[in-house]
Amino acid sequence: MAIAEKRLILKNIDVAGYTNDIECYIKNGGYEVLRKAIAMKPQEIVAEVKASGLRGRGGAGFPTKNTKPVYLICNADESEPGTFKDRQIIHKDPHQLIEGMIISCFANNVKLAYLYIRGEFPEGARILERACDEARQKNLLGKNILGTGYDLEIYIHRGAGAYICGEETGLIESLEGKRAYPRIKPPYFPAVLGLYMSPTIVNNVETLCNVIHVLQMGGANFSKLGKPNNTGTRVLCVSGDVVKPGYYEFEVGALTLGQLIYDVCGGIRDGKKIKAIIPGGSSAKVLKAGEIYKIKQKQADGSMADVEMRLEDIPMDFDTMAAIGSMAGSGGVIVMDETRSMPECLANLSEFYAHESCGQCTPCREGSLWMKKLTSRIRDGKASANDVGVLKNVADNIAGRTICAFGEACSWPVQSFVTKFKDEFETVAGNGAKK
Amino acid sequence: MSCACKNPFNHDVPVENTPMVNVQIDGEWVQVPKGMNVVAAAERFQKHIPHYCYHPKLSVVGNCRMCLIEMGTPKMDANRQPILAADGKPEIAWMPRPQIGCATQVSEGMGIRTESPLVQECRKGVMEFLLINHPLDCPICDQAGECKLQEYSFEHGQANSRFTEEKVKKPKNVDIGERIVLDDERCVMCSRCIRFSKEFVKDDVLGFTERGSHTTLTVYPGKRFDNNYSLNTVDICPVGALTSKDFRFKMRVWFLKETKSICTGCATGCNVLIGSREKEVHRLTPRENEEVNSLWMCDSGRLGFHHIHDENRLTTPLVNGEKSDWSTAMSKLAHQLKNFQSNQIAIIASARMTNEELYLLSELRKSLGGDSILSDIVGRTGDADNILRNADKNPNTKGAQLFGFANNGKLKEIQAGLTNGSIQALLIFNESAAEAGLSLEALKNVPLVVNVGMRLNGAAHFNFPSASFAEKRGTLINFQNRLQRLNRAIPTPGQSRDDWEIIRDIKAAIGGGNGIHSVEELFKAMASSVPAFKDLTLGKVGDLGVVLNLG
Repeated sequence: MAIAEKRLILKNIDVAGYTNDIECYIKNGGYEVLRKAIAMKPQEIVAEVKASGLRGRGGAGFPTKNTKPVYLICNADESEPGTFKDRQIIHKDPHQLIEGMIISCFANNVKLAYLYIRGEFPEGARILERACDEARQKNLLGKNILGTGYDLEIYIHRGAGAYICGEETGLIESLEGKRAYPRIKPPYFPAVLGLYMSPTIVNNVETLCNVIHVLQMGGANFSKLGKPNNTGTRVLCVSGDVVKPGYYEFEVGALTLGQLIYDVCGGIRDGKKIKAIIPGGSSAKVLKAGEIYKIKQKQADGSMADVEMRLEDIPMDFDTMAAIGSMAGSGGVIVMDETRSMPECLANLSEFYAHESCGQCTPCREGSLWMKKLTSRIRDGKASANDVGVLKNVADNIAGRTICAFGEACSWPVQSFVTKFKDEFETVAGNGAKK
Repeated sequence: MSCACKNPFNHDVPVENTPMVNVQIDGEWVQVPKGMNVVAAAERFQKHIPHYCYHPKLSVVGNCRMCLIEMGTPKMDANRQPILAADGKPEIAWMPRPQIGCATQVSEGMGIRTESPLVQECRKGVMEFLLINHPLDCPICDQAGECKLQEYSFEHGQANSRFTEEKVKKPKNVDIGERIVLDDERCVMCSRCIRFSKEFVKDDVLGFTERGSHTTLTVYPGKRFDNNYSLNTVDICPVGALTSKDFRFKMRVWFLKETKSICTGCATGCNVLIGSREKEVHRLTPRENEEVNSLWMCDSGRLGFHHIHDENRLTTPLVNGEKSDWSTAMSKLAHQLKNFQSNQIAIIASARMTNEELYLLSELRKSLGGDSILSDIVGRTGDADNILRNADKNPNTKGAQLFGFANNGKLKEIQAGLTNGSIQALLIFNESAAEAGLSLEALKNVPLVVNVGMRLNGAAHFNFPSASFAEKRGTLINFQNRLQRLNRAIPTPGQSRDDWEIIRDIKAAIGGGNGIHSVEELFKAMASSVPAFKDLTLGKVGDLGVVLNLG
């Protein structure tokens, strides 16, 4: 039984004949929501988004406190391994993002917005530049938008190739022309002391696009999508050993991990079995095939009860993923089949994190490279069981003790892989020594 | 009165009238100024929270993670009122994650744990990370003995290493500036030097390149790190990454005796520590005085001590170029001085002399004839840098003024008098003839020239070897009217004597003994006759000085 996709964000993507120019977007109803929104009071837009329960980074970045944002930043530094959703939007439907940004800026009376796009997306940057030009020509962007007296400028800023620029305060530092060293929080929360020490909203591409759909459907209707507290849709990027990898959009929690893999993605390649799944981008803790999770679930009578769940039965939503000790994260699902060597997979991830650690704070700077060296040695069979213990302990000394979440991002995979596949790690570690 | 220089931050000095808040530190309730960071607050109660990147005068970056502590806030009831425990103090809700002390500001009812098992585990973890790629070259490192890696490793680290990988290689012996050498392998990336140069000196030339474990401190391409405050980064570098070209490989720091004194390079009078071993001064380092120099000093002042070990230094009394002894020389001088009328005598004093010396010299001037004697100092002006360097390059112009030696223009009259023969006897104290505008030629025809100082005056009939600033005690008055003490770090070389003894002996030889046998007695005599010093003693001046009312 195939679960039907619910395409909001991806609605135009890969539709035959759909092009990424403004004419095509307008022909398909684009910028209609902006026309509607700009006639509304900004507070009304904020109220709709609140009612929608949209769960982005801080409810579409609409600050709940009385800070008046000066800047809005769209975080298009999509760099998490296993994640490729923003790229589709930017390449194939850029005006959706531009419209979402304009509405979000209008709702917060922001006059200047930055779109920070990762350096490895040169084509995406060109497309967005062109999209902004087109929007300006149609008076949808720039001075006196649609004759309302509201001015907004969007600058496209390309990164120079660093994963850490996706961390919002690192992104802000980079935007200011500095090394992308994440800031300490407190005190430098973007909503208070953001870009140029001014209150700033930072949101990711998907979240900003969602604002259009919230207004189109109305907040209350939008909130009926998905689950309570997990509203709307989610773009899931599936990669790895499945028959049909790709990006899919579903209501949050509408399908289980098993349905995603077997019904949507056609199952595991060559009829193999699942060995492990990383459910939310490479930083998320790995899930092991055959694991049984105990989670609290609301029963029909309203009471809470412990429910046992197989990996395949886990619904794809934020709360359940957190409850089983991982995270929905960026929506990047990486599937590994039974032939995959876990030490090899982890060595690959650790190499990435060692390369991307910004080097600002001690545990991550020194620990990420140490973990890379340890995982490489374990992969090559030139280590011992003791090294596996050291590896886990190094990760423990990083998580929770760094300036930004990179510390967790690089240590969670290590902690979870080593804990869940301890035997395999210890066996592989000593292989070389025996030969 | 406030500091001569402006610190970008003063985390350890609360703004006046900051309200106090109740904070629990390791189970004990204490009062600390609201908003102070936890590292500075704990320091007030002799609790040292280890740290590398935090510096009380620089911006907080929180990158070393050594100051991780446990922190909690008061538990609140439904009415947002703190829930009180049995002892009437607020119950604390502890945060599960450790927080950095340097960026945590104290607030009412906050709890801090600086020694809990979690905190100790964090420190141990950070120490291990800092050392895995460190070269561990303490035996050849100049920082050894005053290195935070060594100290914290001893206190919080472990003796053996679990690291069996190859270490990261980085540049060594990098010449980044006139006075500084960088060893990138020793660097812990705390960024103190970067922040100091950028925030305090406004010379943003240092920075990091590369990333992750390969992060490398370097100087901007095409630039040099050679501003006049660069050596302060050697002091604040917690490890041996930045070392002073002048000091490195000269002396192990644990052999150095530290003497509290004053820099004599300009009128600011930065408080210093003279680091010496036996008869030799090896370095000057700034000593904290929030009213004068805070924690800093300029490089020119810091390196301005080498002249005291000049091999050509005068160390024996000379009469007409021949070696003599003090008593013979003094009686010969007294005999000759009697040949001159007071209006034939001139004195060139120095604004580098201490108040005590200037006071005695004014007494000598009195014995020789008082106001009819022409006297002046040699002024030295240069550029002020709006940081610490004062335009007045003499350390005690205020003292010279107080004792009537700073007589604008009299130096010209002395020069003219020596040329036209109206001045027959010239006494020069601690000044070179050249700097006073007198050529040796001009002095050749003067019947009596007396030179008291560290250098030979080729035209002088009497050359008396005296003491450098590191060899004497006494007081100086800086540009803020602050009276500060010099202290003796090393003995005077050879037969050199303290300047005040020489002046006293000249005065005694011409028939005016005063029974002064120590600097204390001299200060007492000065204090009883000069109103500005009323009721003061050397002890009362203390290590940080006192401000005089000079009217």
